[in-house]
Amino acid sequence: MNAQSVVSIAGVSKVFGRGGVTALHDIDLEIGSGEFVSLIGPSGCGKSTLLRIVGDIIEPTSGKVVVNGKPARQARLDRDYGIVFQSPVLYDWRTVAKNIALPLEMLGWERGRRTRRVQEMVELVDLTGFETHHPWQLSGGMQQRVSIARAFSFSPALLLMDEPFGALDEMTRERLNMELLRVWLEMQSTVVFVTHSISEAVFLSTRVAVMSARPGRITAVVPVDLPQPRTAETREEPRFFELVTEVREQLHAAGADAVLEEAVLE
Amino acid sequence: MSAIALERPRSRYAGRMKAGTTRAAVLLLVLAALWGLWEGSRALWIHEGWTWPFAVSDITMPHLNAIVEQLFKPATTGGPLLITILWHSALFTAKEALVGFAVGASIGFVLGVALAHVRLLQRGLLPYVVASQTIPILAIAPMVVVGFGSLDIYGWTPVDWLRVAVIAAYLTFFPVTVNTLRGLQSADPRALELMHSYAAGGWSILWKLRVPAALPYLFSAFKVAATASVVGAIIGEAPSSIPNGLGGAIITFNQYYSLEPKNLWATNLVAALLGIVFFLAVVVVEKLVVRTAPENIA
Repeated sequence: MNAQSVVSIAGVSKVFGRGGVTALHDIDLEIGSGEFVSLIGPSGCGKSTLLRIVGDIIEPTSGKVVVNGKPARQARLDRDYGIVFQSPVLYDWRTVAKNIALPLEMLGWERGRRTRRVQEMVELVDLTGFETHHPWQLSGGMQQRVSIARAFSFSPALLLMDEPFGALDEMTRERLNMELLRVWLEMQSTVVFVTHSISEAVFLSTRVAVMSARPGRITAVVPVDLPQPRTAETREEPRFFELVTEVREQLHAAGADAVLEEAVLE
Repeated sequence: MSAIALERPRSRYAGRMKAGTTRAAVLLLVLAALWGLWEGSRALWIHEGWTWPFAVSDITMPHLNAIVEQLFKPATTGGPLLITILWHSALFTAKEALVGFAVGASIGFVLGVALAHVRLLQRGLLPYVVASQTIPILAIAPMVVVGFGSLDIYGWTPVDWLRVAVIAAYLTFFPVTVNTLRGLQSADPRALELMHSYAAGGWSILWKLRVPAALPYLFSAFKVAATASVVGAIIGEAPSSIPNGLGGAIITFNQYYSLEPKNLWATNLVAALLGIVFFLAVVVVEKLVVRTAPENIA
């Protein structure tokens, strides 16, 4: 574990139920400061489970997770995590501004500082003019932007994102990909991002961790050497396609059967 | 999708006006239909001479307009108008019901929170909470209202209307407890994980997430409880000979029913109106307090 490491996952396994399904088997992964690491794999490969273990939402059966040099539990108690789920999970009874302010309230920031930061975040995710709207007055894409602003608002050491754009249409998804990268560069944060879209993983990440199913293992880590900042043109570069192909081949090598099986099941 | 979302607030005022007009029209229509049903069946029964379920006459079913007219006649020769008497009775009963509602709703809420947080309590206490509501209110009303009359708390004895308020509270707390429990458990599991990730304590989770999420449930309960508290206050007065409220008026006019049935009917009308006022008060507060997607408001 080097000094720059934000997340250190060592020998993590997770078994659900008594002697039941092995969701994760012996996972090792180091994530450095400022990295954007995607976990990709077929559904059921445990990528969300791994994310939730890192965030101390659930506990591993064995192995350990160290975040910022502390056990995951301590990191959570120190409010080192920002979380974005697939659904925006906004509070209906709060306005956009108040939703973004929620973690700041929990951290005990005083009102003036809170208001200033909320304003910055609203501008950052391009929601100026919608501060007093309620979540149900916004489109799905806008709601997810609020959710992202909320997660980044207190500059947590680590951002955990669980398929945040999975429920959105392709157009909105690509636009939010760009916005997320802009916010990530500006806030200089570290992100762990779960997705099952290969192109999304390659476009966003500095590294892509490929996972296989049953039991969930990391079978390859593909470094993405596309230059920053990435733009709409990045998706048209030959190197982008090479990397997409590489990740796809790694996924198939990891267990094409599982992928096909899932495709049939879905 | 965003276009639709953005347009809604702009047209909301016009939409609300239109909805208000429609609602007023429907209300008038329903009132007219009820009037027609009452007067129509009355005329039919008298014309056909039917005696089942009861023979219809001016005693058993007075004209509706006569009932309303009765309000504006003196109840006793040279005395105040009936409506003046009933107005004061209604205020007295409203005071009992309001205090009962406030106390019952508070106890109901606290109990609901306790049940939601302590699973053991839920298993052990909930059956008794349910059982409490199966006891006929008519059976315990005299015990409470008369019994608490001999209560002596350092020289203080609760006045009669406060004792009636206990009955109103007894009917209020139950729906509030059940819905508080249900509402607190309705919080999105993801939202709970979010709070967990902020290392939020139980207190913040309760006030920042669970209670706001429970508000629509709470207000459903308050609507049931508001009318129940009025019923509780009236029933609480009746067996305890407290003459100042609507329950007292009902007892009195019931005794003189064969002489003047319209007095009792008019009292029933006022009692119903009081219940409706309580209900509408809750609806108004709900509109002011609950900020949630329109489709989530019951």
